[in-house]
Amino acid sequence: MAAPKKGRRSPASQGKPGRTLVLILIAMVALVGGMFYSGTLTPRLGIDLAGGTSFTLAAQNQPGKPNAINETNMNTAAGIMERRVNGLGVSEAEVQTQGSNHIIVNIPKGTDAKQARQQVGTTAQLGFRPVLTTTAGTKAPEPTTPPSAGGKGDKNDKGDQGNKDGKGKDGKDDGKQGATPQGRAVTDSLKKAPPASPTPSPSATPPVGGGDADIPAALQKQFAALDCSTKESRAAAGEHAAGSKPSDPVVACKDDGTQKYVLGPVGVEGTDVKDAKAVFDAQQGQGWIVQMDFTSDGGKKFADITGKLATKTQPQNQFAIVLDGAVVSDPRVSQQLNGGNATISGGFTQQSAQDLGNMLSYGALPLSFKIDDETTVTAALGGEQLHAGLVAGAIGLALVVIYLVAYYRGLALVALASLGVSAVLTYTIMTLLGPAIGFALNLPAVCGAIAAIGITADSFIVYFERIRDEIRDGRTLRPAVERGWPRARRTIMVSDFVSFLAAAVLFIVTVGKVQGFAFTLGLTTVLDVVVVFLFTKPLMTLLARRKFFAEGHPWSGLDPKRLGVKPPLRRGRRSIVTTETKEA
Amino acid sequence: MSKLGNLGARLYRGEVGYDFIGKRKIWYGISILITITAIVGLAVRGLNMGIEFSGGAVFTTPKTAVSATEAQHKAEAAAGGHQAMVQKLGGGALRIQISGLDTKQAVPVQEELAKDLNVPVKQVNTQLVGPSWGEQIANKAWLGLGIFMVLVVIYLAISFEWRMAIAALIALIHDLTITVGVYALVGFEVTPGTVIGLLTILGYSLYDTVVVFDSLKEAGKDITKQTRFTYSEIANRSINGTLVRSINTTIVALLPVAGLLFVGGGVLGAGMLNDISLALFVGLAAGAYSSIFIATPLVSDLKNSEPQMKALAKRVRAKRAAAAAKGASEEDPQDGVAVGTSGAAEGDDAAVVGPPAQSATRDRGRGRTSGKRR
Repeated sequence: MAAPKKGRRSPASQGKPGRTLVLILIAMVALVGGMFYSGTLTPRLGIDLAGGTSFTLAAQNQPGKPNAINETNMNTAAGIMERRVNGLGVSEAEVQTQGSNHIIVNIPKGTDAKQARQQVGTTAQLGFRPVLTTTAGTKAPEPTTPPSAGGKGDKNDKGDQGNKDGKGKDGKDDGKQGATPQGRAVTDSLKKAPPASPTPSPSATPPVGGGDADIPAALQKQFAALDCSTKESRAAAGEHAAGSKPSDPVVACKDDGTQKYVLGPVGVEGTDVKDAKAVFDAQQGQGWIVQMDFTSDGGKKFADITGKLATKTQPQNQFAIVLDGAVVSDPRVSQQLNGGNATISGGFTQQSAQDLGNMLSYGALPLSFKIDDETTVTAALGGEQLHAGLVAGAIGLALVVIYLVAYYRGLALVALASLGVSAVLTYTIMTLLGPAIGFALNLPAVCGAIAAIGITADSFIVYFERIRDEIRDGRTLRPAVERGWPRARRTIMVSDFVSFLAAAVLFIVTVGKVQGFAFTLGLTTVLDVVVVFLFTKPLMTLLARRKFFAEGHPWSGLDPKRLGVKPPLRRGRRSIVTTETKEA
Repeated sequence: MSKLGNLGARLYRGEVGYDFIGKRKIWYGISILITITAIVGLAVRGLNMGIEFSGGAVFTTPKTAVSATEAQHKAEAAAGGHQAMVQKLGGGALRIQISGLDTKQAVPVQEELAKDLNVPVKQVNTQLVGPSWGEQIANKAWLGLGIFMVLVVIYLAISFEWRMAIAALIALIHDLTITVGVYALVGFEVTPGTVIGLLTILGYSLYDTVVVFDSLKEAGKDITKQTRFTYSEIANRSINGTLVRSINTTIVALLPVAGLLFVGGGVLGAGMLNDISLALFVGLAAGAYSSIFIATPLVSDLKNSEPQMKALAKRVRAKRAAAAAKGASEEDPQDGVAVGTSGAAEGDDAAVVGPPAQSATRDRGRGRTSGKRR
């Protein structure tokens, strides 16, 4: 029979309600504490509420590709930019194409505008070129030196300096471009692969030089004259290098100006990188590393180039990752890398690893862009819309409170406390997600959160109604609270699952604002379940032990008389007596 | 509250109740009427697509003495025939949307506007919106909607049954159609915010339906093992049983949204707040309505076409007829009563009916013993 079975099961959920409550309170305190600790007390607001910066980018044909500006390429470019500025889909940055050759990027206030400008403005003509020779980045020709350890990474650096549009920006971080320290090793992430003999790859195969002798005299001269010490000269050099054909050797600067290089033809193009991401390597203690996956074609090319480079000596065993004519990283190769993937390690910070990973995976914009215009936009909807929304929401909430108190009386306390806990959790988590993953709250999300009050409150209402039904069946409060729970729990789980499914599908499929909204919906749904399980239920269990509720005080909302229980009539029924004995 | 509480108790026991299933044709009719109105409205008036969908520029001006209507004329003149929409923001500032402008046209218009409105050019803020942008967002949203519908139907078909999945889907489409129709009729601007509002409804409408279905599933579990109630009666009873929950939830969900719509939106005039909260308000109300008046009766209709259920209905009818023929014997007639659905339960001295109060208790007691054991 179900009754005794439930009786056995319930102690588990009933056993330590206090402990569960303490747990969730600790979680709340920790979140609030974290909020104060991190110094962000309000959620980051989206561009519609807080304003931000708007860039207009004009597409330009790349050398050698006159007809690149078309709808497909523009949309691809917009998609790549979207991923760059809105990597996790919750930062509310907007990327739109405008007309036939413009892309507009809006980023909310509080986002690092400089960083975003670099992210979108970097046209990211990405390629892997073998290093022919390298030296310190000053004008005077010096003997080739092995690369020295670069400066340590700085949180702010983007590693994608030296783009064509970089002329106008201030070089605040330029001196600290340790994002890509030199001398790191490339290790094969698939060690099992036996080294295959290099096969000549298509036209792009670099004729890797054996020394200075292989470098044409003109290039030698260029190299000697190259000055990487100032931003302007680096930008000019970058522009020149980016404008060269992929099959020509070029001279280039390190993006922080510490080194200059003569580089061979492009061995692997940016488009050959399928995916790249930053991971923290805890196993081998290498710290932050960047993992790259190549396309099958790219994997072959990469195996070729590394196979050749591995046999060379410093510095010719290095290859340079060249972004728009500037070297962002120049890892050393110690062996041929087969298997279509590789890792770059050595002295990354989290930021620099992520930056490089981003550049590698989203690097290959099909077009170059020039920033036409940059304006600060005020909040489109203005603070007053948010203000009005909050006031209106508050009025609505006050009505909800009045209604709940009028209908549920004492139980309303439980509902309101649960709503309160849910509100605190939602607010703190949203606030903390601002700095953590760039989450920004826009007006639709605020509305969604207000609408979510209904879904959250419904869980309590379902549970309360079940408890009251149990009381109507003649139970006293304590068994009613425990017996009502399993069914209420199932209803809550099933219906919340549907909500969560909607959120998950939308988050995966959509972009931009809708994605941000889906995130909010999913978050509130999960929090709903957390609050009901860890707060409402234990609180009910505790309260059921209080005389006020257990004896059904008229103001408790659980008064059997008011619920329409007719004790004398049912006491006569045999079946009920049996059930009650079992439960007692 | 005591009255409400008692009502809840009586609804729970099936002493009182509205015959949702029996009168379903009326409600189907009403829904079809509303849906047709919505579709006609959509076809005739069309949707007022915001500039996110049509493309254009948004200018935000600082405080100006020019009135909104005046500004609209000036803006339209400045834009050379493009449609302008002007909103008054707080503190005398204006938000002017001009559709169809592109990058090159925007700057002269901005200068013109600044001159007309007598404000410094620098302070007029321009934001350009690409026409494809809203479309891209909406297209992806529709794609998501499609995938979600497929997944949710599969999920409901597994965890409930396919009939409920279909009914839930129909109810969902019903809600979305009505909401979109209201947009067409009211003429509010459709913005990405509206799309988001619609998607919120999608979650909520199904959520509400699932809560009702959950109680229906519970009630209909061992239905073939008894001969007292038909499926329709069980369904009706389970709607009535969760009615209090449905009403409370709907009120709690609608109050804050109503606050947004009438207080927030109403005070400030048109704005994104209005766009979203209208979608939410209509959608939430439609969602609550459809899960009771449409989804559950549909399930009952689908169920009743099943041979098993037909046989059950036959058995129930036969039993009741036999009972009626035998006259008012103690047991059987009471079993047929107090479901709150059959018309036979009315008048006191009809041969089929036992004394109401007593029958209610007996019936409740029985429903309970079998019900709670599951």
